[in-house]
This record gives sequence, structure tokens and C-alpha cells, in this order.
Amino acid sequence: MTAALREEHPLGPMRPPGDTTGLFGVFRRRYLLRLLVRKELRVRYQASLLGLGWSYMKPLIRFSMYFFVIGILLGLRENVPLFALHIFTAMIMVSFFTETLNAGTKSVVKNKSLVRKMNVPREMFPVASTAVTAYHMGPQYVILVGACLLLGWSPDPTALLAGLLGIAIMLSISLAVALAFSALNVSFRDIGNFVETIGMMVMWSAPQLYPWEFVDDQIGGTWLEQVYLANPVAVATLLNQRAFWIPTLDSDIDTTGFMPDGLMLRGVIMLGCCIALVAVAQWIFSRLETSFAEKL
Amino acid sequence: MTESVVVDHVSKHFVMQNARTLKQRVVRARKGELTNPKFLALDDLSFTIEQGEAVGLMGLNGSGKSTLLKLISGVLRPDKGVVLTRGRIAGLIEVSAGFHPQLSGRENIYLNGAILGMDEVEVNGKFDEIVDFADIARFLDTPVGRYSSGMFARLGFSVAASVDSDLFIIDEVLAVGDPPFKKKCIARIKQVRDEGRTIVFVSHNTTQVKRLCTRALVLEDGRLGFDGPVQEAVHYLKYDADGDDDEDAEGGEL
Repeated sequence: MTAALREEHPLGPMRPPGDTTGLFGVFRRRYLLRLLVRKELRVRYQASLLGLGWSYMKPLIRFSMYFFVIGILLGLRENVPLFALHIFTAMIMVSFFTETLNAGTKSVVKNKSLVRKMNVPREMFPVASTAVTAYHMGPQYVILVGACLLLGWSPDPTALLAGLLGIAIMLSISLAVALAFSALNVSFRDIGNFVETIGMMVMWSAPQLYPWEFVDDQIGGTWLEQVYLANPVAVATLLNQRAFWIPTLDSDIDTTGFMPDGLMLRGVIMLGCCIALVAVAQWIFSRLETSFAEKL
Repeated sequence: MTESVVVDHVSKHFVMQNARTLKQRVVRARKGELTNPKFLALDDLSFTIEQGEAVGLMGLNGSGKSTLLKLISGVLRPDKGVVLTRGRIAGLIEVSAGFHPQLSGRENIYLNGAILGMDEVEVNGKFDEIVDFADIARFLDTPVGRYSSGMFARLGFSVAASVDSDLFIIDEVLAVGDPPFKKKCIARIKQVRDEGRTIVFVSHNTTQVKRLCTRALVLEDGRLGFDGPVQEAVHYLKYDADGDDDEDAEGGEL
């Protein structure tokens, strides 16, 4: 009887304070998320002359270095058609992942004062870092599409699908990693070092500075190939190349062997796995979140 | 009457020393020491606050007041027992908590409002009221990092008080700020109280508690030492024995 009475109370039922609805809670409070993202952007570029220009400058410099060393000095530009585009399509994916990894891992610790004193869904912070990175990727996609159009991009439906699939995989794996690592980072600051190592590994383990053909030549058909293709960043990178690089190549180039077999199917399965990983990461986060306020 | 806050057999531990590295943990374990000795901040605490009550939370430093407030506001979770609340909670646990020093006063009002659970329309509607109360109209576009501590306190209180909360939690924020501002805050809290919203108010200032609250809880080492009328709580704490200190005298003018 009392339970029924309580439900009918105008102020709602008695419940434990504190938001424990996880990612759904973040979705419900989109306005707060938007303000946190804006705050992050403002703070990051405050007192900086180039401001948002940095999100063009940094990739431009990285791209130039890659192209100069790998493309020209090591001569890969002669083996791989449109090698510059090959690098750029991959770089977008790889840096999306590494940037979310770095910023996401620090996100909860960096918002210490809010976590300790205010009642907000804590998932807000890793989600906001992922959103900030996505915001920075915008200009790069504009440049990518522009460059492809100039070079004669003629996408088939598979290419468009591959592009979307690549983005979806990237977003979900980045979110999963940001969630899990931001929570682990509260108790174990070792994560910071671990993250650097992962960032380095990811940079080399996606076909960015070398084409998929090299991988296929050396480890094709072995279990190592399966390990290579179990990496979501590698698959997302390949999908992005399928979307932008392949359809931009001259039509007289034979592209067989440029992409692994069954890439699209692999992509769909990978997306499923990454979404499952988001759920696992949310579970880890909720388990650890209860002690955030006292550990920070 | 309906309950607003129920605290039922709540205990909360804190880990005193965190042996963080693997080496420290192994060394401690080999010495046979506890790796992480614990400190009991709240010990099997139970009480109920009814809707519309204004409760003063008193006790010496370290008696568990802030821990209790954090449990009620949902920032901390109890180790044992249950905390239940009804309706929307807004609180001011620390003045500077929701503010970012590099953002302007205006941006911080929106951000802090959103953190306290308001949406854009609500903050827009309350904006002028918040600015008026905090008296910072001239400095709205200045980063709050450059504000004086008084301005900070005013802005923090002003935003928190503007939320249409059912439960309003205030932790010693009135210790900062000058007498005219304190007076304004007290008036505002009274207004909140008279609207029938529940208030939990932490203060060492007996005069303030007497003026605002109808009931006082006194915490002692994480246990409930006293629960009853404010006058008796003051007597229980022996705060009245040493005569009035400056704070009290000043509060008496209100």
C-alpha cells in the first residue's frame, strides 16, 4: 500500500540519489553534454593563436612527415598508386582512435572537481572526449572528400557503405576504450603509460604507412593475418580506404588484392563486436564508478 | 507528511593510505599489515527528514557532515545501508565545484545550471535573476578565474539557489562572503524554506542554524549524537558555553 502511495507522490518516488543510468543518462542530458563539449573546445584553444587551426595543422604536419619519409625516402609512392591518399584515408581513422584514447583516458581524472562534488552521470566525461575528437575530425573529412572529388572520386554503393561502416566501427571502439580506460585510470594511473604504448602499436598495426598487399604477401593465409584483421582500427582503416582510396584510383589499375577478401562482411561483424564492447565497457565503468569520488 | 530523505543504517568507510604500487602492496602484505587500513566516516547512521523540513547539520570538523551531504546528494554511495531521496536535488557542496576558471561568468552560469540539472530554457528564464542576485552584471564576460572569492561565492550560491529543487543542500558556503551577502543568502534560504522545499544546512554558526532550521542533527564521529530542536542541539554541543564568538555576534544582527 505504501509503495503505491509513494509512486503517486507529486515529486515522484523515493529513490537512491545519483544517476546510475549510464550512457542512457548521458543521452537524456544532451544539453549538459553539449556544454561540456563546448567547454572542452574553449579551454583547449584558449590563449592559443591558431585556435581551431591546430586541428588542421597537426594532421597536416604529420601527413607531410609520413609522405616524405615513407613515400619519398622509402619509395613506397612508386609501389602504391595515390599513396598520399592512401596515407590520409588511414590517418583519419588511426588518429581518431589515438586521440580519443588519450583524451578519453584522462577525462574522468581531469574533471576531478566535478566528479567529487557534483552529481552528474560520470559517463558524460569519456563521451564528451569522444565527441570533441569527432568534432575535430570534421574538417579532415571535408578535406578528404574535397581531395577525392578533385582526383576523380567515383564511389560505388559499396564504397559509401564501407565509409559509413568504418566511421561506425571507429566511433564505437573509441567510445568503448574511452569509457573503460577513463574508469581504470582513476585507480591505476599506469594506464597513462599503457595508453601511449597502445597508441604506438595502433599506428603501426593498421595499413597506413604500407598497403594491405604487403600484409597479404607476408602473413596472408596464416593465423597472424587473422590477428591482424581482428584489430578494429585496421578494419576501419581498410573500410575507409575502400570508400575513398579505391574509387579514386584510375580505372585502368587492377585493384584485386588491394583489399582483403570479404571486407564488408568482416566490417559488419566487427561493428557488432565493437557495440558489444561498448556494453562491456559500460559495465566496467559502472562497477568502478561507485568509488570515483573517494579515489580522486 | 512524506519523507524527503531517508538514511537507513548507513555506513561509509574511507581508505586511509592507498598502497598504490605493486611494490608497496607486496611489502605491506609481507609485513602482515593491512594493505589499506580503513577509517569509518559514518557508522550505522539512521534518520528521516520530512518534506519541507529545514534541518541544520552540526558537529565538529571530521564528524562526517560533508560525507553525509555527499551521500545525500548522490556523489558518494554508502558501503552499507540505503540512502533514499525524493525529487530534484540541488546543492552547494563547495562554491567553486561546478565552475571552470577559464570560462566567462555567463558560460559558467549555463554550464553550472546544466550540471545542476536545468535545461537551456530553464537557465534562460532564470538568467537575470541569477545575475542580479550574484551582483556580477559588469563582469559577466570575464573569466571567473579572475573573480574575487566573494564574487565566486555569490555566483555559486546564486545558481544553486535558482534551481527549482525539492531538496536544497548547503555546506558551509556562507562562511565566505561578507555580512551583506550572508544576509541576502539567509533571506534567500528562508524563502526556499517557506516555499516548502526541504533544506539540509551545514553550519557551525549556531545563530544561522537557529534562524533557519527547525531541527538539528549533531554528528559525533560518524554517529548521530543528537536529533531534536536547535536550541537543545546548541546546548548539547556546548557551543553556548564559551559565550558568543564574532561569527555569532555578527549573525545576531541579521
